[in-house]
Amino acid sequence: MDLRLLINGAEHRLDVEPRVTLLDALRERLQLTGTKKGCDQGQCGACTVHLDGRRVLACLTLAVQAEGREVTTVEGLAEADGTLHPVQRAFIRHDAFQCGYCTPGQIMSAVACIEEGHATDDHSIREFMSGNLCRCGAYPHIVAAVREAAAEMAPMREAAE
Amino acid sequence: MNNFEYSRPETAEAAIAAVAGDAKARFLAGGTTLIDLMKCDVEAPTHLVDVSRLPGLDAIEVGPGGIRIGAAAKMTDVAEHPAVARDYPGMREALLLGASTQLRNMASIGGNLMQRTRCSYFRDPSYAQCNKRKPGSGCAAIDGVNRGHAILGTSELCIATYPGDFAVSLMALDATVHVQNGRATAFPIDDFFLPYGPSPHIEHPIGRDELIVAVEVPASAAARRSHYLKVRDRESYEFAACSAAVGLELEPDGRTVRDVRVALGGVASKPWRARQVEAALRGKTFDEPTIRRACELAVEGAKDWGHNGFKITLAPRVAARALMQVGGLE
Repeated sequence: MDLRLLINGAEHRLDVEPRVTLLDALRERLQLTGTKKGCDQGQCGACTVHLDGRRVLACLTLAVQAEGREVTTVEGLAEADGTLHPVQRAFIRHDAFQCGYCTPGQIMSAVACIEEGHATDDHSIREFMSGNLCRCGAYPHIVAAVREAAAEMAPMREAAE
Repeated sequence: MNNFEYSRPETAEAAIAAVAGDAKARFLAGGTTLIDLMKCDVEAPTHLVDVSRLPGLDAIEVGPGGIRIGAAAKMTDVAEHPAVARDYPGMREALLLGASTQLRNMASIGGNLMQRTRCSYFRDPSYAQCNKRKPGSGCAAIDGVNRGHAILGTSELCIATYPGDFAVSLMALDATVHVQNGRATAFPIDDFFLPYGPSPHIEHPIGRDELIVAVEVPASAAARRSHYLKVRDRESYEFAACSAAVGLELEPDGRTVRDVRVALGGVASKPWRARQVEAALRGKTFDEPTIRRACELAVEGAKDWGHNGFKITLAPRVAARALMQVGGLE
């Protein structure tokens, strides 16, 4: 199938079989390897990306289902000059990872979690980040990073509303 | 995953015709069940007909008599709808306690009703026996590891648990499932899930080419005072070991039960309405001893399959606790 996908603001054309997932299209065809393949069956959250601004799992989304929608991956979070997103900076400050494999998914989920208004306290952060597993167990630092990034982003979110 | 043809018809009629005309075609909505099972080699359709963008199919309409939820509406959109939070709080809780935000942003309401069991013997074709996956082959779970399996509504052919939460809340609230197949058909939610008879692979009274278009939930005092309690091995992002959807309406005296609804999840072959519990409470005084006695009736006829006997103890406690929470006794 001839597809046109809008990813991180740029249009990409690719020819894929219908069975190709968005995850495999990103990683294998477009070399956007920031989005990770963990379980590949919707249980770990490593492949979390944004589709029209909402977080979804790229491993259970067919590439063709993303047609006409806006895809954002972890590569699309930083500004054009390389300035990292507040959530990315908070993850570095808090050392919110060990091996780092789940981190892109954690960050994409955290950005959405904050924008949804769910990063209100530690309990809510844990509940609404529960779709992202970390086998290293970096959860305490992840929660701290999300909490701090949410506070930093609050004025921006208020201005946007 | 096998390869397949993909199409995205513009109307429900065209989508239904496309599936009807191809014996190995299936509807595709959010994909959270179907794509997953295709990766497990449990499902192998050769044509997916995408219904997720059909115009109007995701509408949520609120009226004085109830709410009508379009089948393509996402779980998140229903959970976040102000009328759902106000008039159907138990349904909102059931939606938000299911899966993760990512999956709730993908999964449709119609697809949610069609989700399959999480029985590991069903999901893994390397096991030869599974009457749901391969009718007539037997059941590997009966002599296998069956801690997560059902205690109610089981048979010697299948003991798989219905895994969902949302439909359990619908069961308590007397919802109706609207289906389109050339003519419109409606099923009371209890009839939409078939009991395990001789054919545990047939789970719904609809054919492959019949499309769920909406779920209707009637407004009621019990719906306005409803609650969903989910008990599980992990605090979040886990299927229920046992759950209870309850609704309550008291008489003006504030202590006599006028209307009560109890449905159980995680313990049965289908979303399980506990009508004996309701009958034992209606007209009675709403206090803890009465509630606990009534809730024991929820597991009448329950069967321990070897590892899941704990659910026979757990289910009445979960039902009682949900009722006490919704009634302000806990």
